[in-house]
Formats: sequence, C-alpha cells, structure tokens
Amino acid sequence: MGEDNVLLRVENLKMWHAMRRGLFGGVVYVRAVDGVTFSLAPGEAVSVVGESGSGKTTLGKTILRLHEPTDGKLIFKGRDITHTPEKELMWFKRETGLVQQDPYGAMPSFMTIYRILEEPLIIHKVGTKEERSEMIFKALEEVRLTPVEDFAFKYPHMLSGGQLQRVAIARALILKPSLVVADEPVSMLDASVRVEILTLMRELQEKRGISFIYITHDLSTTRYFSEWIFIMYAGHIVERARTKALLQNPLHPYTRALLAAIPDPDPENRKRFREVPPGEPPSLVNPPPGCRFAPRCPYATERCRREEPPEFEVEPDHFVKCWLYVGAR
Amino acid sequence: MSTALSVRNLRLYFSTRKGVVKAVDNASFDLRKGETLAIVGESGCGKSSLARALIRLLPRNVHTYSGEVLLDGVDVMKLSEEMFRRSVRWRKISMVFQGAQNSLNPVLKVGFQVAEPLMIHFGVSKEEALAEAKRYLRLVGIHESFADRYPFELSGGMKQRAVIAMALITHPEIVILDEPTSALDVITQANIINLLKRLQSEMGLSYIFITHDIALTSELADRVAVMYAGEIVEISDAEEFYRRPRHPYAEKLMASVPTLRTDKKLEFIPGTPPSLINPPPGCRFAPRCPYAFERCLRESPPPYEYKTGSFVRCWLYHEGKR
Repeated sequence: MGEDNVLLRVENLKMWHAMRRGLFGGVVYVRAVDGVTFSLAPGEAVSVVGESGSGKTTLGKTILRLHEPTDGKLIFKGRDITHTPEKELMWFKRETGLVQQDPYGAMPSFMTIYRILEEPLIIHKVGTKEERSEMIFKALEEVRLTPVEDFAFKYPHMLSGGQLQRVAIARALILKPSLVVADEPVSMLDASVRVEILTLMRELQEKRGISFIYITHDLSTTRYFSEWIFIMYAGHIVERARTKALLQNPLHPYTRALLAAIPDPDPENRKRFREVPPGEPPSLVNPPPGCRFAPRCPYATERCRREEPPEFEVEPDHFVKCWLYVGAR
Repeated sequence: MSTALSVRNLRLYFSTRKGVVKAVDNASFDLRKGETLAIVGESGCGKSSLARALIRLLPRNVHTYSGEVLLDGVDVMKLSEEMFRRSVRWRKISMVFQGAQNSLNPVLKVGFQVAEPLMIHFGVSKEEALAEAKRYLRLVGIHESFADRYPFELSGGMKQRAVIAMALITHPEIVILDEPTSALDVITQANIINLLKRLQSEMGLSYIFITHDIALTSELADRVAVMYAGEIVEISDAEEFYRRPRHPYAEKLMASVPTLRTDKKLEFIPGTPPSLINPPPGCRFAPRCPYAFERCLRESPPPYEYKTGSFVRCWLYHEGKR
C-alpha cells in the first residue's frame, strides 16, 4: 500500500488501562490492546472480530482518540495524532464518527432527534441555522427515517431500536467523516432488523467512500459487509486478510476454532459435537510470554510458549501471527 | 416416541395500563420424550412468556391464564399453586433462565446455590444436598472443589454450567432453556451446547429451547416452533424446517440469517411486529407479508396440518396456493 493510499496508519499501538489492585494500591495494567499494526485505505471497510475482552472495543476507541495510546503510533491523513492534545483534535473529531452498541444509551433522552443531529453541527460551527436544518432533514432521509418531519421532533424513547440506530448512523455521518467506527451496531437488534441496518450502513459507506471499522463478535455477518477481516485475541490481531481469503482459508488455530464453533442453520448440526479448544482466554494483566493462544492451541510447541510470534505474510494480504507459518513464504 | 408434554390452547394475557397484552395466544404443541423442541421468534413475540406459563412463574398482572397442559395424562393447569409447586415445578419441569449465570447470589458459595433446590423443594439435609451438588457439578464438567468458591471466581461459561447443574439436580424430565447461551462468547457457547447434548442423551431429558438465534437452534432442535406476535405460526421437523420453512414469516426470518459457509443474498423483513394489545384482525403477519391477499387481512388462519404433527398457520396452504 503506497503512503498516498492510506487514510489511517496504526503502528504497534498499545492501550493499557491502569487498574489499582491490592491493599496498598499498587497499579497494574490491563493490556487491552497490546501491539496492533495495520493500514486502512480510503473507502475500505474492515471487520474487527473478537470475543469479549479481546480488546476490540478499546482498539476502536483508541483509534478515535477517545483514549490516549500508551505506546505506538496513530497516523491519520499523514498527521501523527498519537499524543495530540484534545483541544487540537477538533479537525480529527470532525473527520471521524462513532456508532455504539446501545442506541438508547447513546442518545440523550431529553433531546429531540433534530436536536441530537444538530449538536455536532453546532459544536463544529457548521452552517447557518437554515443550512443546518437542511442538512438534518437530508441526513434523516438518507437513513430512510421518512417522512422526516414525523421523526425529527420525536424523542429517543418514541423510536424502536432499529429506528434509533438509524439516528445514530445519521449522527455519525452528518459531518461527512472519512472514518467511521461502528462498535457492535446491531447486536442488540432482532435478526430481521440487523440485516436492514447493516445493509444501510454498507450502502452509505460505499456511496460516500467512507472508511469503516465494524467491530463485532459475530463473524457470520462480516462476509456481507466488509473487504477485510481482522481477528483479535487477547489484545493482538492474530490474523488479518481479505474477507473471502480469511473465511475460505483461515490460518491461525484460533481463527479455525472460532469458525468451527459457529453454526449455520443445518439440521445435521444436532447430530454432532463441535470441536472446541479447552480453557479460556488469558488474563490481560499477566498475559503468557509467548503466543497468547498457545495454552489452548493443539499445535503449540516449546517456542510458542516462550516467544511471541511476529506477523507472517503467508499469502499476499494475508497476515498471521503464528509460529506455524515461519518461513512459509 | 411417547409424549412428555401436551399443550392445548394455552393463553397468557397481561393487564397493563394501555390494555390487555395477548402475550401467548392459543398455543398448542406436543413435546416428545427425549426430544428438543426449539421455540424461535424475535423479541416481544411471547416466547419467554410461554415458558413462564408452562412452569407457572407469573407476574401479578395476569389477566387470562387458561388452556390445558398435560403431563403424564394429568392437566396440571387444574392443580392448585401448592400442588403445582410440590409435584410439577422443578420436579417434572425445570428451567434455565435467561441471563441466569449473572443472577447467582454473589455472597453464597456456588455449591450451596446448586444444592438449594434440593433443600427447599425436597427437604433434603444440607450435607446430603451439598454432596449431590458436587456430583452434579462434576456432571456438568466443573471440578467439585469449585463448590466452595463464590460466583465471581468462576468464568461466564462455568457459571452457566453451574446454573444448568442447578436446573438438573431435582431430576426433572423436561428442562426449559431460555436463551441459555445468549450472553456467552461463541466458543463458550459451543461448549455449553456440547454439554447440553451430552446431558440430554445421558439422562433422557426433553428440552424446550427458547431463542432468537435460528442458526443456534439447529444445534439442538429435533422440531422447531416459530412464534410471531403471540402465536405459534409453524411447527416443523428440523429436517424440513432448516431446508424449507413453510410460513412466510419463517421463510423471511431464515433469509435474514447470515451464513458463514454458503453465499446467499440476505433479506430483511420491512415493518415491525404488531402491538399485542390490538393485533390486526386477520393473520398477524399479513401487514408485512409479501404474499398476503384479501382473506389474510380479514380472517385469522387456523393451523393447517401439512404433515402429522407439523402445521402452519397460513391461508396460502388452506387455499392450495402452496
């Protein structure tokens, strides 16, 4: 990827949360994100998939600079924003948007939908009152909350979860950002509504050429909505590849375990047991020294337990952090 | 296969300030011994209310609670609360509640909580009950030393195992599983499903498995019941259902399920389910149904038995349009 074709560059990014522990208040660190590297091109959609506690939400928030990274680099449009102070980040905030999991929690209950959408415009001093009103109605139309006059002056509690998530999308897009992070945007919605919301996000993302980071625990939706899949485990990206390549040819033993655990609707499923790796993900306070999946991995060797594997590019654009692939290419 | 449970015309309505909510309307089905009947539907369709009606754990605002629930030939709906508690709840039918792993009492040891149903419902002594609890913890794959630990010392998956042990310790024949894995990660979920499969075959249990997750139902279901707006709109054998759901709602719901292994075009169902206070007069799905015709909007379709024990509530079948 040439430098000119990179919107976001993440280099060895670390985000450790400080946590007090013990009677005398010694500080320990939860290494939620612990050395993540990737680049994102303009207009590309990436799914970040991981289980709870894998660090995927922290990664999303750190990329948006809602946390200040502990270490590593964040470069957006060629500018280093890793440690830029909050008040000099206004331009960056304007370029980015966030859609959260719980739309009810993400909307102030005392504001109308109109006011909720106007808020970011006011903060960033965009347009006159009339221009703003036009932008708000257009945004509602884009997320198909029509007739817009009906929805604009309602309060959040008057809308269904799916409708409210559309408002959240409209709010994330109203400043015409070039990067949007959506953190489990549909996991609280019913199956039939999920597809509707994901389809809408995909349409807007493609139409406007927005880069998109879709954070989810649900691997089965990713194939429909992103070009790339990153698999996270215990603070690391253990595998990343183009969506098709990753699903058809998963390389990391953890990715394989994850895929094997997910059912498709099939009456044969009830006749067999699924192969499941033993144990649980490690503590992020004291992660194991080598590969973090090694304690559960059926192929783990002495080296895996001792030394953290680097990322190997096994096929073009297919990276895996696993010693099994040393010298594979 | 003999029948473990027969439900006929079960109704559960609630009184609210806005009116009467028909959460379960005229539900009829059979559960065979040793099988799993999955009940799928979206939030608010009445599937959890159906479970609560079966085990008779009801809130105070019940408006109507009627129908027949036959267990070993006895209509347990006719039993007094005291008789029901003594002879049915936990003894014949037990339940794993949604999110139960997070409702364990944080200040009581896990073993004691697993043992509690035996002490309360069977009057077993504490020592005996604790010994039995250890046996059941082993059965669900937890080392018995965990009996002396507190819930916070267990992972999510282990807590869920403990809750399953608690539901089994009273030797029920039927276990209602209400979203037993919904808060768990996929690998842990697969683990729990493996456990439920093993327990079913070892102990000859019958399951009623309630979930919104269609792909997951196929892990356990021998038959599938689909609920929409308080009604069961289809019951089919698993072999039939996952290949060709009959009811238009079931068909559209299936089309909205993303799959990992096959390419398909995902669909969604425009519109929202109707209010359960004033459901539409005809078929409740008609306002959203792409195949609806005049009669669907006017008259509610009765069940159409397309195969013994399998039915669909849809005029398309009655009128031979399908």
